[in-house]
Amino acid sequence: MTTTLPSMHLVDYRAATGLQQVPTRNGFGEGLVEAAQRDPRVLALCADLVESTRMQAFRDAFPERFVELGVHEQMLVAMAAGLASAGKVPFVASYAMFCPGRAWEQVRTTMCLNETNVKIAGAHAGVSVGPDGATHQAIEDIAIMRCIPNMTVLVPCDAVQTRKATLAAAALDGPVYIRFGREKSPVITTEDTPFEIGRAQVFRDGADVAIVACGILVQNALVAADELAREDGVHCLVLNNHTVKPLDAASVIAAARRCGAVVTVEEHQVAGGAGSAVAEVLAEEYPVPIRFVGVRDRFGQSGTPDELIELYGMGVRSIKEAVRTVVRRKR
Amino acid sequence: MSTLSPERRFELERHANAVRRSIIESLLAAGSGHSAGSLDMADVFTALYFEVMRHDAARPDWPDRDRLLLSAGHICPVRYAAMAHAGYFPLEELRTLRKLGTRLQGHPERTRLPSLETTSGPLGEGLAQGVGMAYAAKLDGNDWRVYVVTSDAEHQAGLHWEAAMVAGKYGLDRLVCIVDRNFIQIDGDTEAVMPLEPFRAKYEAFNWRVWECDGNDMGDVVDTLRRANATPGKPHAIVARTIPGKGVSFMENDFLWHGKPPKKDEADLALAELQAAYEKIGVPA
Repeated sequence: MTTTLPSMHLVDYRAATGLQQVPTRNGFGEGLVEAAQRDPRVLALCADLVESTRMQAFRDAFPERFVELGVHEQMLVAMAAGLASAGKVPFVASYAMFCPGRAWEQVRTTMCLNETNVKIAGAHAGVSVGPDGATHQAIEDIAIMRCIPNMTVLVPCDAVQTRKATLAAAALDGPVYIRFGREKSPVITTEDTPFEIGRAQVFRDGADVAIVACGILVQNALVAADELAREDGVHCLVLNNHTVKPLDAASVIAAARRCGAVVTVEEHQVAGGAGSAVAEVLAEEYPVPIRFVGVRDRFGQSGTPDELIELYGMGVRSIKEAVRTVVRRKR
Repeated sequence: MSTLSPERRFELERHANAVRRSIIESLLAAGSGHSAGSLDMADVFTALYFEVMRHDAARPDWPDRDRLLLSAGHICPVRYAAMAHAGYFPLEELRTLRKLGTRLQGHPERTRLPSLETTSGPLGEGLAQGVGMAYAAKLDGNDWRVYVVTSDAEHQAGLHWEAAMVAGKYGLDRLVCIVDRNFIQIDGDTEAVMPLEPFRAKYEAFNWRVWECDGNDMGDVVDTLRRANATPGKPHAIVARTIPGKGVSFMENDFLWHGKPPKKDEADLALAELQAAYEKIGVPA
């Protein structure tokens, strides 16, 4: 039995083997080169993390359009704003913890209030950064980006979608934040899977609980949904909420209306994150029982990505528990 | 001898005097704002808008215009006044400073008023954006210049020196950073709050060329800007020594006037003093 929607052209994510594992940052690297081929205004700026952020292919292909700034995260954003003011389309990349983390006020003033066409690529987001530990695990970045007017916030679900999100960001006139991870993660979408900023995607249909997920945890949500169908007879709708801002409110409300209960899933603090964005809309427009899967007011630590996802309550088991909790509250 | 003829210098000094009077009037109308730094940079802004910069008030988005960035956004009354006198908008609009719906926000916002180039106020951020613009111009082979007006105290901010380091690396010689060296900041004397000297050695260590001038001497300001513009190879820092509150005797050198506007009676006194000075410009002593 398959309940994934054919129009989404997903791969069979349930396959125990053979699922391609690619870091989402690779999709950024590919998308950036492609964006530069399409648009001569595209530049790339990096703060001493060229390999990690996957900017090396761009640097090799377009050395004259690449700017290496060293350990200058605030400069990264403010200089890019100046470049954008002069007609360029600059992409800046660092670890999400440092940019936007260290550069928040520059993002607010020189990008968003100033309405400049700058794109921030935040690498190494989430606890799945792993062994580097809490200092390098950005789990507050969605919150601090989505609260700023004029900002678009993208959290693509796999490497293929990250490539598309990068191209879409380049084509959009305005500030964009794209978030991606360090570790290899399953590729669940294909070239044929549609992508449009601001349009959430129903990856799996169901009428009992709507799981609204973003980023690499979308695959966990799909697996949890399958297990719940098998074990509990509970059928979940899974919405890939890749655009946290502007949130696709219509799709979120439609999912809540269809299912009557919602679980949000993100590799981020519950406070202020993608789940909060969903809750803000539903509290006003269509209140239903809701549970948040995410980090609960704690910092990360060293460990393997799988260990940390599990420990911080974002694994398949935690998603299933959250679904079971809201199902009980429906009745 | 200055490159300016005496006649031209007197003309520019009259413009600067008029700009100062507009600053007083707009601050009085606003009821809040920064007096001292606005007044002390009137000569520099007059030199830029009326003599040195390539610009056209009728075409604020002219692609080949020189870019003027006010990093120290809190002294925007001087920029607004100079722009109005240079023909960017009617003088009457200066009275809308800081009021609801105005294009003349308490700190400058690019999206509200063409040609501001940046949105500023958070200190230490202007040079970074100016570096981006100068880099883009160099990349595209454009010959416009970027002038960034900074306060001395904002040189305490780390981002400013990130920007200085980048400009030095890329030898952005069409970038000019003007430092309003007035020695005051909100909490007092800059050298007591957090020492900034030596400016020259700091900038030179970042691979900049450093120029010093009397920022309240029109001939010196214009000549120094021209000398910098004629010297290729490195970005330029112009340390302009200024007297905070310049032109209004009871405001001069008093840091308490950094962040407050004149009251009505104080404004009347200031305007009378400036008017008297205006009438003496070009008159042999």
